[in-house]
Amino acid sequence: MNEPRMVEVRRKVLKENDLLAHRLRDRFQSVGTRVVSLVSSPGSGKTTLLERLLTDLRREYRVAALVGDLATENDAARLARSGAPVKQITTGTVCHLDAGMVERALEGWAVEDLDYLFIENVGNLVCPSSFDLGEDLRLVLVSTTEGEDKPLKYPTIFNTADVALITKLDLAEAVGFDLELLIRNIHGVRPGMPILQVSARTGEGIEGLEHLLISNHTESKLAQVQ
Amino acid sequence: MHELSIALNIVDGVLEELDRQKSGHVEAVHLRLGRLSGVDKDALSFSYGVACEGTPLANSRLLIEDVEVAIFCPVCGVERPTRSFPVLICANCGALGERVLRGEELEITAMELVT
Repeated sequence: MNEPRMVEVRRKVLKENDLLAHRLRDRFQSVGTRVVSLVSSPGSGKTTLLERLLTDLRREYRVAALVGDLATENDAARLARSGAPVKQITTGTVCHLDAGMVERALEGWAVEDLDYLFIENVGNLVCPSSFDLGEDLRLVLVSTTEGEDKPLKYPTIFNTADVALITKLDLAEAVGFDLELLIRNIHGVRPGMPILQVSARTGEGIEGLEHLLISNHTESKLAQVQ
Repeated sequence: MHELSIALNIVDGVLEELDRQKSGHVEAVHLRLGRLSGVDKDALSFSYGVACEGTPLANSRLLIEDVEVAIFCPVCGVERPTRSFPVLICANCGALGERVLRGEELEITAMELVT
């Protein structure tokens, strides 16, 4: 038997997903649709926050949402109460969304008629971090009830997200939440990461988050015009 | 556990690269895996065996090269390793890194073929 020969490859493992995500991003940007994804562990408040954002933003903007979940369509039903178009992506046993799932879910939707498309990922702090979905902005949520060391346990998701949102601010006092420690941990694994604090229940901080989404959108629209 | 998805992507990627070769049977696949890639090495090794079953890669070996984290240290002004994973503190001076330069790799670097 011959000696094996070494063939150099140099290929990213998720090349196919990355290529598709780039195509999606180009498509979204060419029609001026801002795509924002949300990632977090299960129960951090993605759906509650998103219901609030959809309800608020649809007063002035055309908004829609895709929501990933392993099995149920409960989240889509909750989000639909906002009145915005919502589509569930049921992943079965798959613990994350990928660009192909997003592309298939958008079939039949006129993306160009949307100002904002939100994508709620499957509740999971590990697996979604590897998969680019073509979004402009990725928000990682961490709630006051789940422990300040989440960034140290799951650094990759903080590294692939753009903005950290501390949620359930209204429960912070009751659970003895240490805000400074969480911020220190976030900045330890992702120096300089923008952090916002919100409570979807009381509305605290929501205006600031919406301002961030809107000003970023205006900037990208301006960049397009120029 | 998304390592099975990753392993299936490795198999697809290698099969695509194999198509460009005139001939050959894959004995081993070389992978660079950054410590910040979010992929678990043991779970990936296990999943790789499963993903290869029934393909031309069956019984091939996955050889994983670990890549430690390196940052650009704004104080030292150069690339530095970090002191205590996963916090991005410069091992030399203790300053917070400005950005990650290495450690996020998830790439196929080579395959060993026999003909």
